[in-house]
Amino acid sequence: MRANDRIVFENISKFYGDVLGVNRVNLSIPPGITSLVGPNGSGKTTLMNLMTGLVRPSRGRISVLGIRPDQPEELFRYVGYCTQFDSFPKGFTGYQFVYSYLRLYGCAHAEAEDLTWKAIERVGLLEPARRKIAGYSKGMRQRIKLAQSICHGPSVLVLDEPLNGLDPLVRAETIALFRALADDGMHVIISSHILHEVDQISDQVILLSNGYVVAEGQIRGVRSEMQEHPMQILVRCNRPGALAAKVFEQDSVVEAQIHKDGLGVLIKTRDPEKFYLLLNHIAQNGVTIESVAPADDDVNSVYEYLIGGEEASR
Amino acid sequence: MNPLWVTQVLAVLRLEMRKTFFSKRGFWIYLLAFAPVALYTGKSIVGMKLGRQPDFGTDTNVFATVFQLFYLRLAIFFGCLGVFMNLFRGEVLDKSLHYYFLAPIRREVLLAGKFLAGAVATCLIFTTSTILQIAGMYWQDGWRIFSDYLMNGNGFAHIAGYLGATVLACVGYGSIFLAAGVLFRNPLIPAAVILVWESINSFLPSLLQKFSVIYYLKSLCPIQVIPETGAFFAVLSVNTDPMPAWIAVPGLLLVSAAVLVAASFQVRRMEINYATE
Repeated sequence: MRANDRIVFENISKFYGDVLGVNRVNLSIPPGITSLVGPNGSGKTTLMNLMTGLVRPSRGRISVLGIRPDQPEELFRYVGYCTQFDSFPKGFTGYQFVYSYLRLYGCAHAEAEDLTWKAIERVGLLEPARRKIAGYSKGMRQRIKLAQSICHGPSVLVLDEPLNGLDPLVRAETIALFRALADDGMHVIISSHILHEVDQISDQVILLSNGYVVAEGQIRGVRSEMQEHPMQILVRCNRPGALAAKVFEQDSVVEAQIHKDGLGVLIKTRDPEKFYLLLNHIAQNGVTIESVAPADDDVNSVYEYLIGGEEASR
Repeated sequence: MNPLWVTQVLAVLRLEMRKTFFSKRGFWIYLLAFAPVALYTGKSIVGMKLGRQPDFGTDTNVFATVFQLFYLRLAIFFGCLGVFMNLFRGEVLDKSLHYYFLAPIRREVLLAGKFLAGAVATCLIFTTSTILQIAGMYWQDGWRIFSDYLMNGNGFAHIAGYLGATVLACVGYGSIFLAAGVLFRNPLIPAAVILVWESINSFLPSLLQKFSVIYYLKSLCPIQVIPETGAFFAVLSVNTDPMPAWIAVPGLLLVSAAVLVAASFQVRRMEINYATE
Protein backbone atom coordinates (compact mmCIF):
# COMPACT_ATOMS: atom_id res chain seq x y z
CA MET A 1 0.00 0.00 0.00
CA ARG A 2 1.40 3.43 -0.89
CA ALA A 3 1.44 6.38 1.53
CA ASN A 4 -0.37 8.60 -0.98
CA ASP A 5 -3.77 7.01 -1.61
CA ARG A 6 -5.32 9.63 -3.88
CA ILE A 7 -5.67 10.12 -7.60
CA VAL A 8 -5.11 13.81 -8.15
CA PHE A 9 -5.82 15.96 -11.20
CA GLU A 10 -4.44 19.49 -10.95
CA ASN A 11 -5.83 21.95 -13.49
CA ILE A 12 -5.81 19.34 -16.24
CA SER A 13 -6.69 20.23 -19.81
CA LYS A 14 -6.41 18.03 -22.85
CA PHE A 15 -6.91 19.18 -26.42
CA TYR A 16 -6.83 16.92 -29.48
CA GLY A 17 -5.69 19.54 -31.95
CA ASP A 18 -8.51 22.07 -31.81
CA VAL A 19 -10.93 19.65 -30.19
CA LEU A 20 -11.44 19.88 -26.44
CA GLY A 21 -11.08 16.64 -24.50
CA VAL A 22 -11.33 17.95 -20.95
CA ASN A 23 -10.69 21.40 -19.54
CA ARG A 24 -9.50 22.69 -16.16
CA VAL A 25 -10.21 19.53 -14.27
CA ASN A 26 -9.32 19.52 -10.58
CA LEU A 27 -10.06 16.31 -8.73
CA SER A 28 -8.82 14.39 -5.72
CA ILE A 29 -10.28 10.90 -5.81
CA PRO A 30 -10.22 8.79 -2.63
CA PRO A 31 -10.40 4.96 -2.51
CA GLY A 32 -13.79 3.35 -3.14
CA ILE A 33 -15.98 3.19 -6.22
CA THR A 34 -15.97 6.42 -8.20
CA SER A 35 -18.17 6.71 -11.24
CA LEU A 36 -17.55 9.03 -14.16
CA VAL A 37 -20.90 9.94 -15.61
CA GLY A 38 -21.61 11.91 -18.75
CA PRO A 39 -22.85 11.64 -22.31
CA ASN A 40 -20.69 10.56 -25.24
CA GLY A 41 -17.90 13.06 -25.79
CA SER A 42 -18.13 14.48 -22.29
CA GLY A 43 -14.54 13.47 -21.48
CA LYS A 44 -14.91 10.25 -19.45
CA THR A 45 -12.52 8.15 -21.54
CA THR A 46 -10.11 11.06 -21.88
CA LEU A 47 -9.90 11.33 -18.10
CA MET A 48 -9.23 7.60 -17.84
CA ASN A 49 -6.61 7.68 -20.60
CA LEU A 50 -4.97 10.64 -18.88
CA MET A 51 -4.71 8.90 -15.53
CA THR A 52 -3.19 5.82 -17.18
CA GLY A 53 -0.73 7.72 -19.38
CA LEU A 54 -2.24 6.60 -22.69
CA VAL A 55 -2.62 10.28 -23.52
CA ARG A 56 -0.72 13.22 -22.05
CA PRO A 57 -2.28 16.38 -20.69
CA SER A 58 -1.90 19.58 -22.68
CA ARG A 59 -1.72 21.38 -19.33
CA GLY A 60 -1.64 20.49 -15.64
CA ARG A 61 -0.38 17.62 -13.52
CA ILE A 62 -1.72 14.20 -12.63
CA SER A 63 -0.58 11.79 -9.97
CA VAL A 64 -1.95 8.34 -9.26
CA LEU A 65 -1.03 7.26 -5.72
CA GLY A 66 1.88 9.69 -6.05
CA ILE A 67 3.09 8.23 -9.38
CA ARG A 68 3.19 10.23 -12.61
CA PRO A 69 1.34 8.51 -15.46
CA ASP A 70 4.33 8.95 -17.79
CA GLN A 71 6.17 6.30 -15.77
CA PRO A 72 4.36 3.16 -16.98
CA GLU A 73 7.05 0.90 -15.55
CA GLU A 74 5.96 1.97 -12.05
CA LEU A 75 2.35 3.04 -12.62
CA PHE A 76 1.08 -0.30 -13.91
CA ARG A 77 2.46 -2.17 -10.90
CA TYR A 78 -0.44 -0.46 -9.07
CA VAL A 79 -2.96 0.19 -11.82
CA GLY A 80 -5.11 -2.08 -13.98
CA TYR A 81 -7.05 -0.58 -16.89
CA CYS A 82 -9.92 -2.33 -18.64
CA THR A 83 -10.23 -0.18 -21.76
CA GLN A 84 -13.11 0.25 -24.16
CA PHE A 85 -10.87 -0.83 -27.07
CA ASP A 86 -12.33 -4.05 -28.36
CA SER A 87 -9.24 -5.31 -30.17
CA PHE A 88 -6.86 -8.01 -29.04
CA PRO A 89 -3.50 -9.37 -30.20
CA LYS A 90 -4.27 -11.65 -33.17
CA GLY A 91 -4.80 -15.35 -32.55
CA PHE A 92 -4.78 -15.15 -28.75
CA THR A 93 -6.87 -17.36 -26.49
CA GLY A 94 -8.32 -15.83 -23.35
CA TYR A 95 -5.67 -17.62 -21.30
CA GLN A 96 -2.81 -16.35 -23.49
CA PHE A 97 -4.16 -12.81 -23.30
CA VAL A 98 -3.89 -12.71 -19.52
CA TYR A 99 -0.79 -14.94 -19.25
CA SER A 100 1.24 -12.87 -21.76
CA TYR A 101 0.36 -9.70 -19.88
CA LEU A 102 1.73 -11.22 -16.69
CA ARG A 103 4.94 -12.26 -18.49
CA LEU A 104 5.30 -8.64 -19.65
CA TYR A 105 4.75 -7.67 -16.03
CA GLY A 106 7.82 -9.75 -15.24
CA CYS A 107 6.26 -12.85 -13.67
CA ALA A 108 7.97 -16.22 -14.12
CA HIS A 109 6.02 -18.94 -15.95
CA ALA A 110 4.62 -20.74 -12.88
CA GLU A 111 3.54 -17.55 -11.13
CA ALA A 112 2.02 -16.14 -14.32
CA GLU A 113 0.09 -19.36 -14.89
CA ASP A 114 -1.22 -19.39 -11.33
CA LEU A 115 -2.30 -15.74 -11.40
CA THR A 116 -3.87 -16.18 -14.84
CA TRP A 117 -6.14 -18.99 -13.71
CA LYS A 118 -7.10 -17.11 -10.53
CA ALA A 119 -8.10 -14.01 -12.52
CA ILE A 120 -9.97 -16.03 -15.11
CA GLU A 121 -11.83 -17.89 -12.39
CA ARG A 122 -12.74 -14.61 -10.70
CA VAL A 123 -14.50 -13.37 -13.86
CA GLY A 124 -16.13 -16.78 -14.50
CA LEU A 125 -14.41 -17.64 -17.78
CA LEU A 126 -12.71 -20.94 -16.88
CA GLU A 127 -14.49 -23.03 -19.49
CA PRO A 128 -13.78 -20.89 -22.60
CA ALA A 129 -10.32 -19.74 -21.46
CA ARG A 130 -8.52 -21.98 -23.97
CA ARG A 131 -10.65 -20.80 -26.88
CA LYS A 132 -9.59 -18.00 -29.20
CA ILE A 133 -10.85 -14.56 -28.23
CA ALA A 134 -11.98 -14.01 -31.83
CA GLY A 135 -14.83 -16.45 -31.09
CA TYR A 136 -15.89 -14.79 -27.82
CA SER A 137 -19.15 -12.91 -27.36
CA LYS A 138 -19.07 -9.22 -26.42
CA GLY A 139 -19.70 -10.09 -22.77
CA MET A 140 -16.89 -12.67 -22.72
CA ARG A 141 -14.50 -10.18 -24.26
CA GLN A 142 -15.43 -7.68 -21.57
CA ARG A 143 -14.75 -10.27 -18.89
CA ILE A 144 -11.37 -11.36 -20.27
CA LYS A 145 -10.32 -7.70 -20.38
CA LEU A 146 -11.45 -7.41 -16.78
CA ALA A 147 -9.41 -10.51 -15.87
CA GLN A 148 -6.34 -8.94 -17.48
CA SER A 149 -6.82 -5.72 -15.56
CA ILE A 150 -7.11 -7.42 -12.14
CA CYS A 151 -4.67 -10.32 -12.62
CA HIS A 152 -1.69 -8.56 -11.00
CA GLY A 153 -3.64 -7.36 -7.95
CA PRO A 154 -3.65 -3.60 -8.64
CA SER A 155 -4.55 -0.91 -6.09
CA VAL A 156 -6.32 1.16 -8.74
CA LEU A 157 -8.73 -0.39 -11.20
CA VAL A 158 -9.88 1.80 -14.09
CA LEU A 159 -12.87 0.44 -15.99
CA ASP A 160 -14.22 2.08 -19.13
CA GLU A 161 -17.86 1.04 -19.61
CA PRO A 162 -17.20 -2.35 -17.96
CA LEU A 163 -20.82 -3.47 -17.88
CA ASN A 164 -21.41 -3.12 -21.63
CA GLY A 165 -22.52 -6.36 -23.22
CA LEU A 166 -22.94 -8.29 -19.98
CA ASP A 167 -26.15 -10.21 -19.38
CA PRO A 168 -28.11 -9.36 -16.19
CA LEU A 169 -26.74 -12.25 -14.13
CA VAL A 170 -23.10 -11.59 -15.01
CA ARG A 171 -23.74 -7.87 -14.59
CA ALA A 172 -24.87 -8.47 -11.00
CA GLU A 173 -21.87 -10.71 -10.32
CA THR A 174 -19.50 -8.15 -11.81
CA ILE A 175 -20.98 -5.34 -9.72
CA ALA A 176 -20.54 -7.53 -6.64
CA LEU A 177 -16.90 -8.07 -7.66
CA PHE A 178 -16.34 -4.30 -7.94
CA ARG A 179 -17.93 -3.83 -4.52
CA ALA A 180 -15.70 -6.49 -2.99
CA LEU A 181 -12.57 -4.92 -4.54
CA ALA A 182 -13.55 -1.46 -3.27
CA ASP A 183 -14.27 -2.84 0.21
CA ASP A 184 -10.69 -4.17 0.20
CA GLY A 185 -9.50 -0.55 -0.06
CA MET A 186 -9.03 -0.43 -3.81
CA HIS A 187 -9.78 2.53 -6.05
CA VAL A 188 -12.37 1.44 -8.60
CA ILE A 189 -12.97 4.09 -11.25
CA ILE A 190 -15.90 3.28 -13.52
CA SER A 191 -17.37 5.11 -16.47
CA SER A 192 -20.91 4.29 -17.40
CA HIS A 193 -23.98 5.48 -19.20
CA ILE A 194 -26.28 3.29 -17.13
CA LEU A 195 -27.24 5.68 -14.42
CA HIS A 196 -29.26 3.46 -12.13
CA GLU A 197 -26.34 1.03 -11.91
CA VAL A 198 -23.93 3.85 -11.18
CA ASP A 199 -26.28 4.99 -8.45
CA GLN A 200 -26.40 1.50 -7.02
CA ILE A 201 -22.66 0.91 -6.82
CA SER A 202 -20.89 4.26 -6.48
CA ASP A 203 -19.38 5.74 -3.35
CA GLN A 204 -18.89 8.98 -5.24
CA VAL A 205 -19.67 10.31 -8.70
CA ILE A 206 -18.03 12.77 -11.06
CA LEU A 207 -20.46 14.31 -13.51
CA LEU A 208 -18.98 15.49 -16.78
CA SER A 209 -20.36 17.57 -19.58
CA ASN A 210 -18.55 18.85 -22.67
CA GLY A 211 -15.14 18.27 -21.11
CA TYR A 212 -15.91 20.00 -17.81
CA VAL A 213 -16.54 18.50 -14.37
CA VAL A 214 -19.97 19.85 -13.41
CA ALA A 215 -20.28 18.11 -10.05
CA GLU A 216 -18.40 15.66 -7.88
CA GLY A 217 -18.79 13.94 -4.55
CA GLN A 218 -21.32 11.66 -2.88
CA ILE A 219 -24.49 11.78 -4.88
CA ARG A 220 -26.70 12.90 -1.97
CA GLY A 221 -24.25 15.64 -1.13
CA VAL A 222 -24.29 16.86 -4.71
CA ARG A 223 -28.09 16.78 -4.74
CA SER A 224 -28.49 18.75 -1.52
CA GLU A 225 -26.35 21.56 -2.90
CA MET A 226 -28.68 22.09 -5.84
CA GLN A 227 -30.82 24.79 -4.24
CA GLU A 228 -32.58 25.78 -7.47
CA HIS A 229 -34.21 22.36 -7.71
CA PRO A 230 -36.43 21.67 -4.64
CA MET A 231 -35.96 18.18 -3.17
CA GLN A 232 -38.73 15.72 -4.04
CA ILE A 233 -39.91 13.41 -1.26
CA LEU A 234 -42.51 10.68 -1.65
CA VAL A 235 -44.53 10.09 1.50
CA ARG A 236 -46.74 7.00 1.62
CA CYS A 237 -49.63 7.37 4.08
CA ASN A 238 -53.29 6.50 4.76
CA ARG A 239 -54.63 10.09 4.27
CA PRO A 240 -52.75 11.78 1.47
CA GLY A 241 -55.24 14.63 1.12
CA ALA A 242 -54.89 15.63 4.78
CA LEU A 243 -51.11 15.39 4.58
CA ALA A 244 -51.01 17.60 1.47
CA ALA A 245 -53.10 20.24 3.21
CA LYS A 246 -50.90 20.19 6.32
CA VAL A 247 -47.52 20.47 4.55
CA PHE A 248 -48.39 23.82 3.00
CA GLU A 249 -48.18 25.30 6.51
CA GLN A 250 -44.46 25.36 5.82
CA ASP A 251 -43.07 28.08 3.50
CA SER A 252 -40.29 25.90 2.17
CA VAL A 253 -42.77 23.43 0.65
CA VAL A 254 -43.37 24.57 -2.92
CA GLU A 255 -45.54 21.75 -4.27
CA ALA A 256 -47.55 18.77 -3.03
CA GLN A 257 -49.03 16.31 -5.51
CA ILE A 258 -51.22 13.32 -4.68
CA HIS A 259 -49.55 10.25 -6.13
CA LYS A 260 -51.39 8.70 -9.06
CA ASP A 261 -52.18 5.51 -7.08
CA GLY A 262 -53.82 7.70 -4.42
CA LEU A 263 -51.71 6.24 -1.63
CA GLY A 264 -49.09 8.92 -1.16
CA VAL A 265 -48.01 12.50 -1.72
CA LEU A 266 -45.05 13.75 -3.74
CA ILE A 267 -43.73 16.82 -2.01
CA LYS A 268 -41.23 19.38 -3.30
CA THR A 269 -39.41 21.29 -0.57
CA ARG A 270 -36.47 23.65 -0.37
CA ASP A 271 -35.66 22.58 3.18
CA PRO A 272 -35.87 18.80 3.65
CA GLU A 273 -34.62 18.88 7.28
CA LYS A 274 -37.41 21.24 8.30
CA PHE A 275 -39.91 19.15 6.37
CA TYR A 276 -38.91 15.94 8.19
CA LEU A 277 -39.52 17.68 11.52
CA LEU A 278 -42.96 18.76 10.33
CA LEU A 279 -43.66 15.20 9.22
CA ASN A 280 -42.99 13.93 12.75
CA HIS A 281 -45.49 16.43 14.04
CA ILE A 282 -48.11 15.40 11.42
CA ALA A 283 -47.57 11.70 12.27
CA GLN A 284 -48.47 12.41 15.85
CA ASN A 285 -51.74 14.03 14.73
CA GLY A 286 -53.70 11.23 13.11
CA VAL A 287 -51.95 10.55 9.77
CA THR A 288 -50.32 7.13 9.56
CA ILE A 289 -47.04 7.41 7.64
CA GLU A 290 -45.97 4.17 5.97
CA SER A 291 -42.78 5.30 4.29
CA VAL A 292 -40.75 8.40 3.45
CA ALA A 293 -38.26 8.28 0.59
CA PRO A 294 -36.36 10.89 -1.39
CA ALA A 295 -37.54 10.71 -4.99
CA ASP A 296 -34.83 12.63 -6.83
CA ASP A 297 -31.52 12.25 -5.05
CA ASP A 298 -30.29 9.61 -7.45
CA VAL A 299 -27.71 10.05 -10.18
CA ASN A 300 -30.35 10.13 -12.87
CA SER A 301 -32.12 13.14 -11.39
CA VAL A 302 -28.95 15.00 -10.52
CA TYR A 303 -27.66 14.32 -13.99
CA GLU A 304 -30.82 15.62 -15.59
CA TYR A 305 -30.84 18.76 -13.45
CA LEU A 306 -27.19 19.53 -14.14
CA ILE A 307 -26.69 18.44 -17.68
CA GLY A 308 -30.21 18.49 -19.06
CA GLY A 309 -32.79 15.98 -20.12
CA GLU A 310 -31.69 15.99 -23.71
CA GLU A 311 -28.17 14.82 -22.99
CA ALA A 312 -29.28 12.45 -20.27
CA SER A 313 -31.41 10.57 -22.75
CA ARG A 314 -28.54 10.09 -25.25
CA MET B 1 17.69 -14.89 -12.17
CA ASN B 2 17.45 -12.39 -15.04
CA PRO B 3 17.08 -8.67 -14.38
CA LEU B 4 13.49 -7.48 -14.92
CA TRP B 5 14.22 -5.74 -18.21
CA VAL B 6 15.71 -8.92 -19.68
CA THR B 7 12.61 -10.92 -18.66
CA GLN B 8 10.44 -8.25 -20.26
CA VAL B 9 12.48 -8.10 -23.48
CA LEU B 10 12.15 -11.89 -23.76
CA ALA B 11 8.39 -11.66 -23.13
CA VAL B 12 8.02 -9.09 -25.93
CA LEU B 13 10.24 -11.22 -28.16
CA ARG B 14 8.04 -14.30 -27.63
CA LEU B 15 4.87 -12.36 -28.39
CA GLU B 16 6.25 -10.69 -31.49
CA MET B 17 7.80 -13.85 -32.93
CA ARG B 18 4.39 -15.48 -33.02
CA LYS B 19 2.99 -12.54 -34.94
CA THR B 20 5.93 -12.17 -37.35
CA PHE B 21 6.33 -15.82 -38.28
CA PHE B 22 2.77 -16.99 -38.40
CA SER B 23 0.88 -14.14 -39.99
CA LYS B 24 -0.71 -14.39 -43.41
CA ARG B 25 0.13 -10.72 -43.81
CA GLY B 26 3.83 -11.62 -44.04
CA PHE B 27 3.47 -14.13 -46.88
CA TRP B 28 4.89 -11.74 -49.49
CA ILE B 29 8.07 -11.36 -47.43
CA TYR B 30 8.74 -15.10 -47.71
CA LEU B 31 8.02 -14.86 -51.43
CA LEU B 32 10.51 -12.02 -51.83
CA ALA B 33 13.16 -13.75 -49.72
CA PHE B 34 12.97 -17.13 -51.40
CA ALA B 35 12.42 -16.03 -55.01
CA PRO B 36 16.19 -16.25 -55.79
CA VAL B 37 16.29 -19.74 -54.25
CA ALA B 38 13.59 -20.88 -56.67
CA LEU B 39 15.39 -19.15 -59.55
CA TYR B 40 18.81 -20.70 -58.85
CA THR B 41 17.41 -24.15 -58.09
CA GLY B 42 15.38 -24.00 -61.29
CA LYS B 43 18.49 -22.98 -63.24
CA SER B 44 20.44 -25.93 -61.82
CA ILE B 45 17.66 -28.43 -62.51
CA VAL B 46 17.17 -27.20 -66.08
CA GLY B 47 20.94 -27.20 -66.62
CA MET B 48 21.24 -30.77 -65.41
CA LYS B 49 18.25 -31.92 -67.47
CA LEU B 50 19.63 -30.33 -70.62
CA GLY B 51 23.15 -31.56 -69.85
CA ARG B 52 24.71 -28.10 -69.92
CA GLN B 53 28.31 -27.75 -68.77
CA PRO B 54 28.43 -25.96 -65.38
CA ASP B 55 30.46 -22.77 -65.21
CA PHE B 56 31.52 -22.07 -61.63
CA GLY B 57 33.03 -18.65 -62.36
CA THR B 58 29.91 -17.37 -64.12
CA ASP B 59 27.70 -18.74 -61.34
CA THR B 60 29.80 -16.91 -58.74
CA ASN B 61 29.54 -13.62 -60.65
CA VAL B 62 25.80 -14.00 -61.24
CA PHE B 63 25.28 -14.76 -57.56
CA ALA B 64 27.33 -11.71 -56.48
CA THR B 65 25.44 -9.43 -58.92
CA VAL B 66 21.98 -10.63 -57.94
CA PHE B 67 22.95 -10.46 -54.26
CA GLN B 68 23.94 -6.81 -54.54
CA LEU B 69 21.41 -5.51 -57.03
CA PHE B 70 18.34 -7.50 -56.05
CA TYR B 71 18.76 -9.23 -52.71
CA LEU B 72 20.26 -6.42 -50.64
CA ARG B 73 18.68 -3.47 -52.44
CA LEU B 74 15.17 -4.85 -52.92
CA ALA B 75 14.41 -8.16 -51.15
CA ILE B 76 15.92 -7.40 -47.76
CA PHE B 77 15.00 -3.70 -48.06
CA PHE B 78 11.30 -4.39 -48.63
CA GLY B 79 11.28 -7.42 -46.30
CA CYS B 80 12.58 -5.26 -43.45
CA LEU B 81 10.12 -2.55 -44.41
CA GLY B 82 7.26 -5.05 -44.06
CA VAL B 83 8.43 -6.47 -40.75
CA PHE B 84 9.85 -3.48 -38.87
CA MET B 85 7.43 -0.78 -39.91
CA ASN B 86 4.56 -2.90 -38.67
CA LEU B 87 6.06 -3.43 -35.24
CA PHE B 88 4.47 -0.20 -33.98
CA ARG B 89 2.49 1.20 -36.91
CA GLY B 90 0.75 -2.13 -37.56
CA GLU B 91 -0.34 -2.32 -33.93
CA VAL B 92 -1.74 1.19 -34.11
CA LEU B 93 -3.74 0.23 -37.20
CA ASP B 94 -4.91 -3.00 -35.49
CA LYS B 95 -5.74 -0.94 -32.38
CA SER B 96 -3.79 -3.31 -30.19
CA LEU B 97 -0.78 -1.24 -29.11
CA HIS B 98 -2.45 -0.40 -25.77
CA TYR B 99 -1.88 -4.03 -24.71
CA TYR B 100 1.82 -3.21 -24.37
CA PHE B 101 1.32 0.33 -23.14
CA LEU B 102 -0.77 -0.89 -20.20
CA ALA B 103 1.99 -3.16 -18.93
CA PRO B 104 4.57 -1.99 -16.38
CA ILE B 105 7.32 -1.94 -18.95
CA ARG B 106 9.59 0.92 -19.93
CA ARG B 107 8.80 2.02 -23.47
CA GLU B 108 12.52 1.76 -24.32
CA VAL B 109 12.50 -1.88 -23.21
CA LEU B 110 9.42 -2.46 -25.36
CA LEU B 111 11.18 -0.93 -28.35
CA ALA B 112 14.27 -3.08 -27.71
CA GLY B 113 12.12 -6.22 -27.48
CA LYS B 114 10.27 -5.42 -30.67
CA PHE B 115 13.47 -4.59 -32.55
CA LEU B 116 15.08 -7.80 -31.35
CA ALA B 117 12.05 -9.79 -32.50
CA GLY B 118 12.14 -8.15 -35.93
CA ALA B 119 15.90 -8.68 -36.20
CA VAL B 120 15.70 -12.35 -35.21
CA ALA B 121 12.82 -12.97 -37.64
CA THR B 122 14.36 -11.19 -40.64
CA CYS B 123 17.85 -12.59 -39.98
CA LEU B 124 16.43 -16.11 -39.81
CA ILE B 125 14.38 -15.71 -42.98
CA PHE B 126 17.03 -13.97 -45.06
CA THR B 127 20.12 -15.91 -43.90
CA THR B 128 18.24 -19.15 -44.51
CA SER B 129 17.46 -17.89 -47.99
CA THR B 130 21.12 -16.88 -48.55
CA ILE B 131 22.29 -20.39 -47.62
CA LEU B 132 19.64 -22.01 -49.83
CA GLN B 133 20.52 -19.65 -52.69
CA ILE B 134 24.16 -20.77 -52.50
CA ALA B 135 23.06 -24.40 -52.41
CA GLY B 136 20.70 -23.88 -55.34
CA MET B 137 23.22 -21.97 -57.42
CA TYR B 138 26.09 -24.46 -57.06
CA TRP B 139 23.99 -27.63 -57.11
CA GLN B 140 24.74 -28.22 -60.78
CA ASP B 141 28.49 -27.77 -60.21
CA GLY B 142 28.55 -30.78 -57.91
CA TRP B 143 29.93 -31.38 -54.43
CA ARG B 144 33.53 -31.94 -55.59
CA ILE B 145 33.89 -28.49 -57.15
CA PHE B 146 32.00 -26.84 -54.31
CA SER B 147 34.10 -28.49 -51.58
CA ASP B 148 37.21 -27.45 -53.47
CA TYR B 149 35.88 -23.89 -53.46
CA LEU B 150 35.35 -24.13 -49.69
CA MET B 151 38.60 -25.83 -48.76
CA ASN B 152 41.08 -24.48 -51.27
CA GLY B 153 39.47 -21.28 -52.46
CA ASN B 154 37.75 -18.40 -50.65
CA GLY B 155 34.48 -20.28 -50.19
CA PHE B 156 34.15 -19.96 -46.43
CA ALA B 157 35.17 -16.30 -46.46
CA HIS B 158 32.69 -15.55 -49.25
CA ILE B 159 29.82 -17.33 -47.56
CA ALA B 160 30.63 -15.63 -44.25
CA GLY B 161 30.74 -12.29 -46.08
CA TYR B 162 27.32 -12.85 -47.69
CA LEU B 163 25.78 -14.02 -44.42
CA GLY B 164 27.36 -11.10 -42.54
CA ALA B 165 26.07 -8.61 -45.12
CA THR B 166 22.61 -10.21 -44.86
CA VAL B 167 22.54 -9.92 -41.06
CA LEU B 168 23.84 -6.34 -41.10
CA ALA B 169 21.32 -5.39 -43.79
CA CYS B 170 18.51 -6.68 -41.57
CA VAL B 171 19.85 -4.78 -38.56
CA GLY B 172 20.56 -1.57 -40.50
CA TYR B 173 17.36 -1.38 -42.52
CA GLY B 174 15.41 -2.75 -39.54
CA SER B 175 16.44 0.10 -37.25
CA ILE B 176 15.61 2.71 -39.90
CA PHE B 177 12.18 1.26 -40.71
CA LEU B 178 11.29 0.77 -37.08
CA ALA B 179 12.10 4.43 -36.46
CA ALA B 180 10.09 5.46 -39.54
CA GLY B 181 7.10 3.45 -38.27
CA VAL B 182 7.29 5.27 -34.95
CA LEU B 183 7.99 8.77 -36.26
CA PHE B 184 5.62 8.96 -39.23
CA ARG B 185 1.89 8.43 -39.42
CA ASN B 186 2.16 7.42 -43.08
CA PRO B 187 5.41 5.44 -43.26
CA LEU B 188 5.18 4.90 -47.02
CA ILE B 189 6.51 8.40 -47.66
CA PRO B 190 9.73 7.95 -45.63
CA ALA B 191 10.05 4.44 -47.11
CA ALA B 192 9.97 5.89 -50.62
CA VAL B 193 12.49 8.59 -49.64
CA ILE B 194 14.84 5.98 -48.14
CA LEU B 195 14.51 3.80 -51.25
CA VAL B 196 15.42 6.73 -53.51
CA TRP B 197 18.30 7.75 -51.19
CA GLU B 198 19.71 4.22 -51.16
CA SER B 199 19.31 3.93 -54.94
CA ILE B 200 21.11 7.16 -55.80
CA ASN B 201 23.82 6.51 -53.22
CA SER B 202 26.38 5.59 -55.87
CA PHE B 203 25.85 8.91 -57.64
CA LEU B 204 26.33 11.01 -54.50
CA PRO B 205 29.55 12.71 -53.33
CA SER B 206 31.78 10.48 -51.23
CA LEU B 207 30.82 12.09 -47.91
CA LEU B 208 27.05 11.73 -48.47
CA GLN B 209 27.48 8.10 -49.55
CA LYS B 210 28.48 7.31 -45.98
CA PHE B 211 24.98 8.24 -44.74
CA SER B 212 23.36 5.15 -46.16
CA VAL B 213 23.12 1.50 -45.28
CA ILE B 214 23.93 0.19 -48.76
CA TYR B 215 27.32 1.94 -48.75
CA TYR B 216 28.51 -0.17 -45.81
CA LEU B 217 26.87 -3.32 -47.16
CA LYS B 218 28.58 -2.96 -50.54
CA SER B 219 31.88 -2.67 -48.69
CA LEU B 220 31.16 -5.97 -46.98
CA CYS B 221 30.21 -7.92 -50.10
CA PRO B 222 33.06 -10.36 -50.79
CA ILE B 223 33.06 -10.01 -54.58
CA GLN B 224 33.00 -6.68 -56.38
CA VAL B 225 31.26 -7.28 -59.66
CA ILE B 226 30.90 -5.18 -62.79
CA PRO B 227 27.71 -6.37 -64.47
CA GLU B 228 27.80 -6.73 -68.21
CA THR B 229 24.28 -5.32 -68.46
CA GLY B 230 25.37 -1.70 -68.73
CA ALA B 231 27.05 1.26 -67.10
CA PHE B 232 24.07 2.07 -64.85
CA PHE B 233 24.18 -1.25 -63.02
CA ALA B 234 27.97 -1.09 -62.89
CA VAL B 235 27.78 2.25 -61.05
CA LEU B 236 25.22 0.78 -58.64
CA SER B 237 27.34 -2.21 -57.72
CA VAL B 238 30.89 -0.88 -57.76
CA ASN B 239 32.16 0.73 -54.58
CA THR B 240 34.78 3.29 -55.55
CA ASP B 241 35.66 4.10 -51.95
CA PRO B 242 35.14 0.85 -50.02
CA MET B 243 35.36 0.92 -46.27
CA PRO B 244 37.33 -1.77 -44.44
CA ALA B 245 35.16 -4.31 -42.63
CA TRP B 246 36.56 -3.34 -39.22
CA ILE B 247 35.07 0.13 -39.71
CA ALA B 248 31.99 -0.83 -41.75
CA VAL B 249 30.61 -3.35 -39.25
CA PRO B 250 30.85 -1.29 -36.04
CA GLY B 251 29.95 1.83 -38.05
CA LEU B 252 26.69 0.31 -39.23
CA LEU B 253 25.90 -1.05 -35.78
CA LEU B 254 26.55 2.36 -34.21
CA VAL B 255 24.33 4.13 -36.76
CA SER B 256 21.58 1.56 -36.07
CA ALA B 257 21.91 2.08 -32.31
CA ALA B 258 21.71 5.87 -32.75
CA VAL B 259 18.56 5.54 -34.86
CA LEU B 260 16.98 3.28 -32.23
CA VAL B 261 17.82 5.72 -29.43
CA ALA B 262 16.10 8.50 -31.42
CA ALA B 263 13.07 6.24 -31.94
CA SER B 264 12.93 5.40 -28.23
CA PHE B 265 12.49 9.11 -27.37
CA GLN B 266 9.47 9.19 -29.67
CA VAL B 267 8.02 5.94 -28.27
CA ARG B 268 8.34 7.40 -24.78
CA ARG B 269 6.08 10.30 -25.86
CA MET B 270 3.68 8.22 -27.94
CA GLU B 271 -0.05 8.47 -27.17
CA ILE B 272 -2.83 6.02 -27.89
CA ASN B 273 -5.39 7.83 -29.97
CA TYR B 274 -6.69 5.32 -32.48
CA ALA B 275 -9.53 7.59 -33.59
CA THR B 276 -7.15 9.96 -35.37
CA GLU B 277 -5.20 7.22 -37.19
